[in-house]
This record gives sequence, structure tokens and C-alpha cells, in this order.
Amino acid sequence: MLSRNRTEADAGMKMMIVDDSNIIRRKIERSTELDGVRIIGKASNGVEAVHLFEKTHPDLVTMDITMPEMDGIECVERLVDLKPDVLILVVSALSDKSTAIEALKKGANGFLCKPFTDKQLNQALAELIRGE
Amino acid sequence: MDEAQLQVFIDGTIHYFTQASDEPADVGTPYLIGEEQTVADEYTGIIGISGKRRGTVYFTAGPGLLKVLLMSLGETDLSHEFLCDLVGEVANTISGNARRSFGSDFMISVPLVVKGQPERIHSPNNLRSFVVPINWRSHQAALVITIE
Repeated sequence: MLSRNRTEADAGMKMMIVDDSNIIRRKIERSTELDGVRIIGKASNGVEAVHLFEKTHPDLVTMDITMPEMDGIECVERLVDLKPDVLILVVSALSDKSTAIEALKKGANGFLCKPFTDKQLNQALAELIRGE
Repeated sequence: MDEAQLQVFIDGTIHYFTQASDEPADVGTPYLIGEEQTVADEYTGIIGISGKRRGTVYFTAGPGLLKVLLMSLGETDLSHEFLCDLVGEVANTISGNARRSFGSDFMISVPLVVKGQPERIHSPNNLRSFVVPINWRSHQAALVITIE
């Protein structure tokens, strides 16, 4: 995973969830069990995510790729433009290497393939926060 | 589509249910249906395939299976809206996972969800479809693959 330096700010991280499936948004919200991580908003497509991001300035984002309006790859690029040190975990069913590489090139920091378990989600988020 | 390519979807289906519920699905012997035939239960999530290959992949199931699967995911809302969301998400996940084998030019659409029995699901060039029967916790569903 690509990393960025995170220090004291990690104590209270704001997290945004982006996925066009309400079931997945709610699952990520329920499953996230990391100290100091607080869900501050959820969006169902890239356009909604950019608007919510501008209002709430999250530190951490989970990002789906296949979504209507604006896909996750474009959205990653937009969010990194707005806040270069945002941490983005792409959570997608698109499991080919080139999709992961493209997301990382645009500024994402990690990639988790759907379907995922609670343990896999928390491990991926923890690694992202630790900068692994 | 050859046997190895069909196996990609079978493996994807087994993987989905194992990850989502800790209980693998039992996948029956796939069979072909004619171009005028449709296998559909009450809820169907359809993914359009474009790029190098064209066609459709759809997952179809009844409310019984979808409600149990929602509960396995920890969901408490078992409403119609969530059943529609889930049937689309299953189709999306299995199709998206297939890109590991088919590559990034296996382009998938966002899911289209149909409630009730569609008369016909159109695919290019009137291709025949492979039906993969799925048995999971005494419920039946199917994955239907129609790809050039």
C-alpha cells in the first residue's frame, strides 16, 4: 500500500463512506471498529461524495469504483486535489490488477476487494492509517 | 464461452457466499438455455458487459434467499428496497471479480434490478445462456451468463 505520514491527527479521524449500495455503506459503517475513527458521512456516487467532502473534510474515505454519476477512479482524483493527504481505501469488486494500479496512481492508498469480511475491512483500514 | 471461463463465474459465486456468510453455496451442474428462454426468480440483478466481450451476467433469487443473505451480512432492514439493492450487489460483485481472469477490458455496468419475471433479457447476437444453479441454505437461485 502507498502511505502518507499520519501522526497525532490519527487520534480523531473523520471517515466518509462512498458506495452506490446502501447495504455496503451500512455494512462498512457497522463493521468499522477502529479507535478514534468516526463516520461523518456517506455518499452514493462520486458527485455526492465530492460535495460531502467539501463540507465535512474527512481524513479517511472508503471508495467504491463502479458507481453512477461519477465513478470512484475520477472521484479519488478529485478528492486528492481537494486534500492531498486524505487517506483513501478503494473497496471494489473490480479485482483485476490494472484497476487497483490505476486507483493507486490517482492517489488512493489501498485496495480491498469485495466481498470482504469485517476482519479484512478493519485490517485494511488499520494498515492504511499506520501507513503500511 | 468455454469451460474454463464458465468456471470463473462458478468460483466467483462460491467465493461470494463463503465470504458473505461463512457458508459456501452448492453450485449445481450448469446448463444451456435457448435464446428465447429466461430463468428468473422474483428479484434479478443484471450487469451489462461491454469492451472486448459483450453480453449480460445476471443473478436471480427469491426473497427468502435474499433475506437470509441480508441477515448474514448483519443487515436488519429486510425491506423490498434492500432486497433490490442486494440482488444488484451480488451480480455486480461476481461480475467484477471475473475481471481478475478476463482483464480490465471486461467492462461491467452498474446493476439494473428487475422485480418480477422479465419476459426476456436481451443479449447481443442472440447468444445462448449458461445457467449456474445455486443452492444455499435450502434456498435456490441462479447465475445466468450470456457472453460473446
